Amino acid sequence: MLDAKIPAGSLDDKWTDYKGHCKLVNPANKRKLEVIVVGTGLAGASAAASLGELGYKVKAFCYQDSPRRAHSIAAQGGINAAKNYQNDGDSVFRLFYDTIKGGDYRAREANVHRLAEVSGNIIDQCVAQGVPFAREYGGLLSNRSFGGTQVQRTFYAAGQTGQQLLIGAYQALERQVALGNVKMYARHEMLEVVKIDDKARGIIARNLVSGELEKHFGHAVLLCTGGYGNVFYLSTNAMGCNVTAAWKAHKDGAAFANPCFTQIHPTCIPVSGDHQSKLTLMSESLRNDGRIWVPKKKADERKAIDIPEEERDYYLERRYPAFGNLVPRDVASRAAKERCDEGYGVGTSKQAVYLDFADAIVRYGKIEAGKEGNDHMSMEDIIVLGKEVVKEKYGNLFDMYEKITGENPYEFPMRIYPAVHYTMGGLWVDYELQTTVKGLYCLGEANFSDHGANRLGASALMQGLADGYFVVPYTLGNNLADDIYSKAIETSHPAFAAAEKVAADRIQKLMGIKGKQSVESFHKRLGKIIWDKCGMARNEKGLKEAIAEVQALKKEFWSDVRIPGEINEMNPELDKANRVADFIELGELMCIDALNRNESCGGHFREEYQTEEGEALRDDENYMYVAAWEYKAEHEWTLHKEPLVYDVVKPSQRSYK
Amino acid sequence: MEHYNMNLTVKVWRQKNSKDKGGFVSYPVKDISSEMSFLEMIDVLNEQLIVDGAEPIAFDHDCREGICGQCSLYINGKPHGPWMANTTCQLHMRAFKDGDTIVVEPWRAGAFPVIKDLMVDRSAFDRIIQAGGYISVNTGNAVDGNSLPINKDHADASFAAAMCIGCGACVAACKNSSAMLFLSAKVAHLALLPQGEPERKSRVLNMVAQMDKEGFGACTNTGACEATCPKEISISNIARLNKEYIFSSLTAEK
Repeated sequence: MLDAKIPAGSLDDKWTDYKGHCKLVNPANKRKLEVIVVGTGLAGASAAASLGELGYKVKAFCYQDSPRRAHSIAAQGGINAAKNYQNDGDSVFRLFYDTIKGGDYRAREANVHRLAEVSGNIIDQCVAQGVPFAREYGGLLSNRSFGGTQVQRTFYAAGQTGQQLLIGAYQALERQVALGNVKMYARHEMLEVVKIDDKARGIIARNLVSGELEKHFGHAVLLCTGGYGNVFYLSTNAMGCNVTAAWKAHKDGAAFANPCFTQIHPTCIPVSGDHQSKLTLMSESLRNDGRIWVPKKKADERKAIDIPEEERDYYLERRYPAFGNLVPRDVASRAAKERCDEGYGVGTSKQAVYLDFADAIVRYGKIEAGKEGNDHMSMEDIIVLGKEVVKEKYGNLFDMYEKITGENPYEFPMRIYPAVHYTMGGLWVDYELQTTVKGLYCLGEANFSDHGANRLGASALMQGLADGYFVVPYTLGNNLADDIYSKAIETSHPAFAAAEKVAADRIQKLMGIKGKQSVESFHKRLGKIIWDKCGMARNEKGLKEAIAEVQALKKEFWSDVRIPGEINEMNPELDKANRVADFIELGELMCIDALNRNESCGGHFREEYQTEEGEALRDDENYMYVAAWEYKAEHEWTLHKEPLVYDVVKPSQRSYK
Repeated sequence: MEHYNMNLTVKVWRQKNSKDKGGFVSYPVKDISSEMSFLEMIDVLNEQLIVDGAEPIAFDHDCREGICGQCSLYINGKPHGPWMANTTCQLHMRAFKDGDTIVVEPWRAGAFPVIKDLMVDRSAFDRIIQAGGYISVNTGNAVDGNSLPINKDHADASFAAAMCIGCGACVAACKNSSAMLFLSAKVAHLALLPQGEPERKSRVLNMVAQMDKEGFGACTNTGACEATCPKEISISNIARLNKEYIFSSLTAEK
């Protein structure tokens, strides 16, 4: 079932050779080929724009009111590229190597190498589009470092890098809309894939304003629909982020890979109460200057500023002297959980640690004082200068923190705790980003391919744009070249009616339940099960319980959910119900996958498998594979294994000490 | 931060669809924590409405961290509510006190028709971008990013304009429903960069023409847009827009 189609040849040459030999579609034929792109984040917008530029007839869909709102926009810290502008020893190989190692040796070498190869082109493309990256006084691009690496390769636009990159891609997309190459369908949600002769040939989408179901044909369908972090209810994802498109594709034959690989980001604003609807990330870039600590004494009730230096435990610097506060996300998250579980947590909930900028403020202040040639400046004045520097670097993040918590992080250390942020798992794709369903592709966070068991910071933006701008325009052509004789299929074809009926029946069924509990209440309960038992730490007993609990929740959902309103109108509760129903099914598969993987790697930490120091203990002999699940029937999946072959990198225990 | 709970009255604009006349309905909400966000308070109210068998209030929102621009709402007569430089999703309930009545309306502008309750159609903004809010560079055409040094002040000013989230608060705040701040932010973002130079004149002319076509009003420099902008986009961008427009009108070759 799984043929990764990795090109032959040495790792360095695979992508070049592929591009040199893949099939092409001539411009006259491209005009006859229609492509559907679902989702308009970095992957979707860049793909839709690039394919429109090439001359394909593109239809793009998003559930938001405008393609510019996709959640890529919230990415803060930056985007990696192996430019080596800093002369600090970076290279394509190092970016490749860091990504493979950061992913704890559970990603495919060929895909990751290609990602590193095109990373530089992404920066060039974005600069050409007018993305206002941070610059030095000489007018050249500025870089900073991110977790899990020892070079400065991250390009950024203050704390709004995702926003600026997405606006760049969105503008490219709107240009194609204006040129008539792309037709945009905002406020639409894909509910079914349409398959004809075992090929994806279109979708059924719900117009979220009118409630109508629409049929759309495409010679190929690209899912660029993001991650499934909202299965946890509380996550840093946007409220509307969902797994529905990917899940429908999965139930229609697309294998789902490594669903248990989810990323818990170490620096988020802690939960404040039961009312909480989402969590907010504080960019990983803050770990460049912020120091993470907890009191050395358990249940210390003093204010942070009253705790003297020698009574603070900078536990990341203590445990990981080489990388310190810049260890990868999975390592930093687990270390925070460990301290809090041991009783050293801070704040009212005791589920938080400090992220402290006091040292950075003094350090920057002294540099500024030095620039002015003033060696006798008072500490007060130094702090004023230092705060200015910190404000320029992280001002918007500090403001956001203050708005949410009501506390001023320039004066008091931030309180942070890990939260669900990204999902490495997703639809299984081959080297061409095609799923196990022909004609159905998956790009960006929605696929599983590049980050293994843990994604490094500033790599998600890189992957989304790599897939959309530089990979799929080649790989799609290679496959569509065989389709130039296929005329567009009328949506009166029975396959469209059949798929539409499936979607319509399900909506009817949901609306017909007329139970007592709200969609939101089910989503919260699902999130609690998954967070408690398939979150930062998992074990066999908990996972087995979780599977039973999720199955029971599914039954209850389908017999007691209450959805107000009508079908043929705007109905956000119905949209939410459609999504939560799919999250429940996915939740079960996540637990099954986590239970199957009897090892710890990256973000997947099975308590039974750890080293004496509490680090993740991989089992390369038995689990060096991608777990791709094929849907069979309710509660029933078949596991297919794609062995991971490391020709270049030699897997070892990850060490950041 | 001291936390407290409060009981409130929320007076909300309800409108079934674009054809419905619509009107205000008042709802009591109880035990609202000062730590909640404003939209979490609406969530609580909606849960209550669902349990009571009523229809929940439709409103636009997505990222809930102040960056996607999807949330809107006129709160007590101000777009995005009482806090400066803020979006509705980042407004927190500590801005209110026990016993308050909070009036919640959709954006009001002819170019932003109401879809349902508090949701409006802002697709006019997308069409303004389609008219020229981009640099025409196909994928693959780019030269090395550092081959084009850009003066840091220009890069920073360009970024400050590019921070616009396209929420439409500027239009909602303006007595003329003008979209000048939105449009000027995009014109400034691209005009300040050397990459934007080749299309500089056609861009501003086409975008302004589209803005007029969408039915947005004229700018009379009252500054309400700047005062309400969650990203503090400066009204000086409008001055730049006017300069670009006049210069382009007088010198454009077509």
